[in-house]
Amino acid sequence: MSTTTAAAPAAVESRPEPTGVQRLTFAKAITLGLRRALADDPRVLLMGEDIGKLGGVFRVTDGLQAEFGAQRVVDTPLAESGIVGTAIGLAMRGYRSVCEIQFDGFIFPAYDQITTQLAKMHYRSHGRLTLPVVIRVPYGGGIGAVEHHSESPEVLFAHTAGLRVVTPSSPAQAYAMIQEAVRSPDPVLFFEPKGRYWEKGEVDLDAPAANGLDGARVVRPGTDITVVAYGPTVQTALKAADTAASEGTSIEVVDLRTLSPLDTATVAESVRKTGRCVVVHEAPVLYGTGAEVAARVSEECFFHLEAPVLRVGGFHTPYPVAKIEHDYLPSLDRVLDAVDRSLAF
Amino acid sequence: MSSNDTTETAADVAAAASGPLTTDGLVQLLTPEGRRVSHPAYDHLVAHLDADALRAMYRDMVIVRRFDTEATALQRQGELALFAQALGQEGAQIGSGHALLPQDHVFPSYREHGVAHTRGVDLADVLRLFRGIDHGGWDPVAHGFHLYTLVIGSHTLHATGYAMGVQRDGAVGTGDPTRDTAVVAYFGDGATSQGDVSEALVFAAVNEAPVVFFCQNNQWAISEPTTNQSTVPLADRAPGFGIPSVRVDGNDVLASYAVTQEALQRARSGGGPTFIEAFTYRMGAHTTSDDPSRYRSAEQEDYWRRRDPIDRLRAYLESLGELPTSFLDQLDAEADDLGERIRTTVRAMGRPSPASMFEHVYATPHSVVDAERAWFEGYESSFLDGKHGDGRHGEGAHHAAGQQTRDGSHR
Repeated sequence: MSTTTAAAPAAVESRPEPTGVQRLTFAKAITLGLRRALADDPRVLLMGEDIGKLGGVFRVTDGLQAEFGAQRVVDTPLAESGIVGTAIGLAMRGYRSVCEIQFDGFIFPAYDQITTQLAKMHYRSHGRLTLPVVIRVPYGGGIGAVEHHSESPEVLFAHTAGLRVVTPSSPAQAYAMIQEAVRSPDPVLFFEPKGRYWEKGEVDLDAPAANGLDGARVVRPGTDITVVAYGPTVQTALKAADTAASEGTSIEVVDLRTLSPLDTATVAESVRKTGRCVVVHEAPVLYGTGAEVAARVSEECFFHLEAPVLRVGGFHTPYPVAKIEHDYLPSLDRVLDAVDRSLAF
Repeated sequence: MSSNDTTETAADVAAAASGPLTTDGLVQLLTPEGRRVSHPAYDHLVAHLDADALRAMYRDMVIVRRFDTEATALQRQGELALFAQALGQEGAQIGSGHALLPQDHVFPSYREHGVAHTRGVDLADVLRLFRGIDHGGWDPVAHGFHLYTLVIGSHTLHATGYAMGVQRDGAVGTGDPTRDTAVVAYFGDGATSQGDVSEALVFAAVNEAPVVFFCQNNQWAISEPTTNQSTVPLADRAPGFGIPSVRVDGNDVLASYAVTQEALQRARSGGGPTFIEAFTYRMGAHTTSDDPSRYRSAEQEDYWRRRDPIDRLRAYLESLGELPTSFLDQLDAEADDLGERIRTTVRAMGRPSPASMFEHVYATPHSVVDAERAWFEGYESSFLDGKHGDGRHGEGAHHAAGQQTRDGSHR
């Protein structure tokens, strides 16, 4: 197989390498992570709708087509199954595609390709084929959007063996994790909390991306109760911890980072210390990540528990209209309410 | 096809006249009687085929039909869980397969045993999937022949993406016959109704991808006739996507070779995709679990039996005096050897170890899979005789330090 890219035009616009520690938005951190992945490996491609001249509807790919050319940052036809299906074929030919699904609710036309093809090819070929495909999904609510633009379908993919499902909660994590996702030989569903796209944080652009895609992190130590969160709800949990601290309660916040694999050990270690656990996510609680965490905590920490594991998340309704979405989403008050109920048990 | 042979209703008559079952516009180089007819656009593509080349096609069709027969028998004997016959479609498969070059890449559906054979896949390995011991069965990279795809039409997108990779590798339009590469997706009439096939045609067209869409219209998607999928010939859809198409008599191995050769040359030279509709007939059941007598007539099957692709090439070769008894005797022996080898090989294919289910789920370690595997292996080894799960454990195990199966009957 050739490794030349004779058909691909050279970069049309060279730019200075961003460097040092910078204060960046979540979205910009992903942009620069993608930029670095494109620069490091000529077989990395970006594919998606409106990701070229427009830079994506959230501008996450802003400037990348101008820098790397239309053969590497590809404006595809408007067909999600086609995007993922052709990315699978490109992977068999040695290319590493990063597919952008424009909004969470539009991933379902690609659901068949992701679950029946992408997830199983390594398995059914006895490891002869690897499909290093990344699927970026802006997910979650809180931005006042119309129907199908605020959903949290991550568990549908975590339930499928063969996929890795990850979600960063800060700009620094996003910058590192997108690079690690691109390097992964396994398919990765990369869920980006779109409601946090414009929040800023410090990112060390020179730090090696080597944290791994397989571990939870204690992002705030505490002693009284464990709050488990991921993606958009990590910031909510941290704010809850601030508020609770002023009231004399010490919350330990665990950021799952990856839903597949699920790092039970880090959660269990925390709960064995605090004896109490609340899980927070935007996705519906029924059959959700919280249910899985609660089951595993009850198996592994049964004699350490002072209270049942509680869940805070979406209801078993379609995602509601924007004017009432903040009554659906797990707010600071709802997290603190669960913390109070656990402590009072 | 004459309508009174095969059709009963007015809709069938219409379908045969101008709909998806019409024989209008089929490229044909051999008549059903085996007479060579000229076709000005395609004669030059078969001019280089000498008697040896034609006999090679004949041999492959006979071999694949023998494989089909053996595999069906093995299923009836309980050695295979299921089998899908290629019976009747050998002309389309062997003709197109013979046009491929080593560097080309094929994405089959699940009935392309003939094409698999032309790509050097051991036909016994094809049966690993049907025996229930493998979801694949061969090395797709080594053979340039991807694993079978059971989700109808999904692989047409993989073929298109692979072809887009070929373009990025600069492996089209160089003029170097050992470098320029084409990709072929095989699928059926039912698949043309799937959205993925339409999306594949869109992506292939706008990218001018070097991919050939080879549709075997065998007229039946399990029990549903092609008239349930389309009101027009399937090939007529492709031009709407900007893709040239051709209809070919799929039971004519020579014509199937010619139209595929044309499409492959177009793809390899940078001319973009082609849609081929090979009009043929699924002589067997959909699979060994199917019963075609519930939905189609014996008369229709008889009509198509008289248009058999092997008989057709045989008659042509005989008319040329190019089918000596020595060749036929040797081929008979070869087919018998294959049958014996298939029977022996399949019966010797053992059960995979239960723990193998945990292998290759991911390319890199995954803590959940690792933990479940460790638990499972501990559980298995907790049985005293150490044989739990290997198919030999019965009721005689002792319960001392370990535990005993309570369901010895089902293993």
